[in-house]
Amino acid sequence: MTVPALAQRRTAEAAPAASAGSGWRWREDLIGWAFAAPFMILFFLFLAFPIGASLALSFTSFGLRDLQNPVGATFVGLQNYLDLLGDPKFWKSLLNTVYFVVIGVPMTLALGLLIANALNRGVQRFKTTFRVGYYLPVITSIVAIAVVWRFLLNPDVGLVNMLLKAVGIDGPAWLANPATSMPSIIAMGVWRNLGFAMIVFLAGMQAIPAVLYEAASIDGAGRWQAFRFVTLPMLRPTILFMTVITTIGYLQLFEEPFVMTGGGPLDSTLSVTMYMYQQGFTFFHQGYASAIAYVLFLIVAFVAFLQFKFLRSDT
Amino acid sequence: MTTLPVRAPVPAVPGGPAGDGRATPTGSNRAQSSRVSYIVLTAGLVVMVGPFLWMILGSLKPAGDFLRNPPTFLPSSATLDNYGRLFQQLDFPRFFFNSTVIALAVTVGTLIFCPMLGYALAKLRWHGKRLVMGLVLATLMVPAGITLIPNFILMSNLGLVNTYPGLILPFLAGPFGVFLMRQFMLGIPNELLEAARIDGANEFKVFWSVVMPIATPVLATLAILTFLGNWNSFLYPLVMAQEPGMYTLPVALATFATGQYQADHGMLMAGSVILVVPVLIVFVLFQRWITEGIATTGLKG
Repeated sequence: MTVPALAQRRTAEAAPAASAGSGWRWREDLIGWAFAAPFMILFFLFLAFPIGASLALSFTSFGLRDLQNPVGATFVGLQNYLDLLGDPKFWKSLLNTVYFVVIGVPMTLALGLLIANALNRGVQRFKTTFRVGYYLPVITSIVAIAVVWRFLLNPDVGLVNMLLKAVGIDGPAWLANPATSMPSIIAMGVWRNLGFAMIVFLAGMQAIPAVLYEAASIDGAGRWQAFRFVTLPMLRPTILFMTVITTIGYLQLFEEPFVMTGGGPLDSTLSVTMYMYQQGFTFFHQGYASAIAYVLFLIVAFVAFLQFKFLRSDT
Repeated sequence: MTTLPVRAPVPAVPGGPAGDGRATPTGSNRAQSSRVSYIVLTAGLVVMVGPFLWMILGSLKPAGDFLRNPPTFLPSSATLDNYGRLFQQLDFPRFFFNSTVIALAVTVGTLIFCPMLGYALAKLRWHGKRLVMGLVLATLMVPAGITLIPNFILMSNLGLVNTYPGLILPFLAGPFGVFLMRQFMLGIPNELLEAARIDGANEFKVFWSVVMPIATPVLATLAILTFLGNWNSFLYPLVMAQEPGMYTLPVALATFATGQYQADHGMLMAGSVILVVPVLIVFVLFQRWITEGIATTGLKG
């Protein structure tokens, strides 16, 4: 590459001219783009272009026969989106996903907050042990976790019902019953992700000046009052941020139902991403699947937009 | 977002006048509530770690233990039989190799391309910088599902389905690493770079010999997060690796768990152990870098 050579000449010519001259700005541009190019080429090929292509695909009846000649796919206008409106399975998957988000996000954040607070203000010893322990599930494969939980929740040979039996309760067939299947998946989601909320909240809490707690204590605030009137208000931006991040993550629910229930029983755990996968790769209706993906994308974009509205960051 | 913005006004704390003494928590009060904290945290820890123990113990159980009702927590006698079948009947060494190669390649690529762009965004002046920054930030939260189908069609036409490049290249376009590196590099003093330039270093040398060494801790965080994220990734490899010879560990485990081996609990637990335990070891060794990296950016890899 000639770029380093150009850069060298540039510094040799005299740096102070940088602000004055416009004649040689192209060298700076060349260097900037040389650094940017490797990532940006991959970025355009595998991220930016597919995002656009996905929209285009959602207006076609793209199917298996079009795979060899993608541009020959038949344009169908808004037909896929209209079909979605009348597709009870899509509505079911959307409802299930919303169920997972609406129950799962508050539970994840509340437990994460509770544990972070206990770690921050309640205990002095074993802090690292607790932190590592609660964070363990976050870094492990959802597929492995889902396989383990499916076994834990097995009505005949699972640990959960064995423990329940020990205290005289006959546990349900957790994943085989439409009433308990989604709650089981929510429980697993909360279990897996609360450690992530804990770590972020803990970092936020450690940024709160100790003097505020001292002042609160002098004013006679107990531990609950200190949490309610110091920790919570100071943590508000972090909580909002975590709500958005967790919501966006949970909207993409896929692995858990894929492994644990296959979307059943009676579609009670079919998520939007899973329905998209089925349409796209089981039935090869890739145009229709792209429309599903785009609806999910718009929902996620809306949630992200709320974040920018409520949380203008410094960057 | 380097540190999460804390801009809420300092709240007024209600309570009696100072020096009242009445409501101030006494020492025993405090000790008691700290005892409650320990009990709650420990009970929670058992719930967090319990499934992992159940997994490890399950992987050591002989087949007969899975027919018992009620089941037992401990194996009647420990056996490595489940692992043996995993490695002999199924091609787990191959899946392990695939997962390792792909995750390592993605990590190495990420550690080269993301800091380069991060540096250009943080420290260089060039036309198009704002546009590039905006594009990268805008895709930070794009769901993985949206690019799945177009990427599959693209890879099909490039003949890259069921190949390593097909499983590696799309993961190199992750905007998170760029964001992380840019945020860090903004904090490197310009004087340091100027000094190197005056000494005659070209821009690439400044990047390589001055910026990269300073960025080592963030690079370590990025490396670990990228490796873990890729090691665990599922949806994309599920679509892109259709021949068993190209399966990654999560794809293999999920395929067997939902297919012909779904009742073979012992073998599935052993498969989960192989997927999870290397990650646990990496995490326990490097937990400081991981948790601090996440806490400072507030984002997952």
